[in-house]
Amino acid sequence: MRFVEATGRTEEEAIQSALDQLNVSRDDVDIEVLEPASKGILGLWGSKPAKVKVTVKDKKADKAREFLEGVIERMKVDASIVVEQRDDGDIIMNIEGVRIGRLIGHRGETLDALQYLVNLACNRDGEEHSKIILDAENYRKKREQALVDLAFKMADKVKRTRRRVILEPMSSYERRILHTALQDDPDVTTYSEGIEPRRKVVITLK
Amino acid sequence: MGELVRFIAQALVNHPDQVMITEKEDEDSVIIELRVAPDDMGRIIGKQGHIAKAIRTVVRSAAGRQKKRVTVDIV
Repeated sequence: MRFVEATGRTEEEAIQSALDQLNVSRDDVDIEVLEPASKGILGLWGSKPAKVKVTVKDKKADKAREFLEGVIERMKVDASIVVEQRDDGDIIMNIEGVRIGRLIGHRGETLDALQYLVNLACNRDGEEHSKIILDAENYRKKREQALVDLAFKMADKVKRTRRRVILEPMSSYERRILHTALQDDPDVTTYSEGIEPRRKVVITLK
Repeated sequence: MGELVRFIAQALVNHPDQVMITEKEDEDSVIIELRVAPDDMGRIIGKQGHIAKAIRTVVRSAAGRQKKRVTVDIV
């Protein structure tokens, strides 16, 4: 977040001084008055300058929403977008709607593609690279849980049958969820084999 | 479908006014040709074709149950 604190004889002067320092226009900022100006008694004693904090608005979320809405509309899908700005600067956009499977795609590949594109479209000129994370009807959260469940189930199978299990191809992000889920298991170990995009997780006895 | 490609491409390039789309359609396929300014080529192809691939994935999803095969050619 870009902001400055400035003082001036009046609030107006303080704000103007801050805008000059930031080199932006008034529409692009949020203004907070920290200390109002005080004229003092008869303009003589105890007069105090005004102090303001002026913060440049983060337009990225707006831009991201505009891009995403435009794409979704042209994909002829009915959906709405809920934006959440996290403290670390990342923006989470959850797409909500009844029939949005088309926005997720097979194993989330369309969601990943949209996430990649929205980040490109919004980070082009920006100095700060906060990430935009796309989700749809909490697909990512649910998928993560499903993968953890799968990991435990397959680990049991490996122990029971004493044979290794090879899972289907997954993205690096998904494979990591599996490796992490089983890293503390005393009996099995995991690794990946194959070449992207057909790289697979293998679970085997230690 | 061409409008979708145009919208995405215009958001990625430096010269949105030079994004040109032509659509060719026959019984079983739609071919969308995308043209951009020469210095914008990298912005729609990307490293190892990553951006072009993402655009194609989105377009294919949008085409959905349509029986037709949709291809996006960058020319």
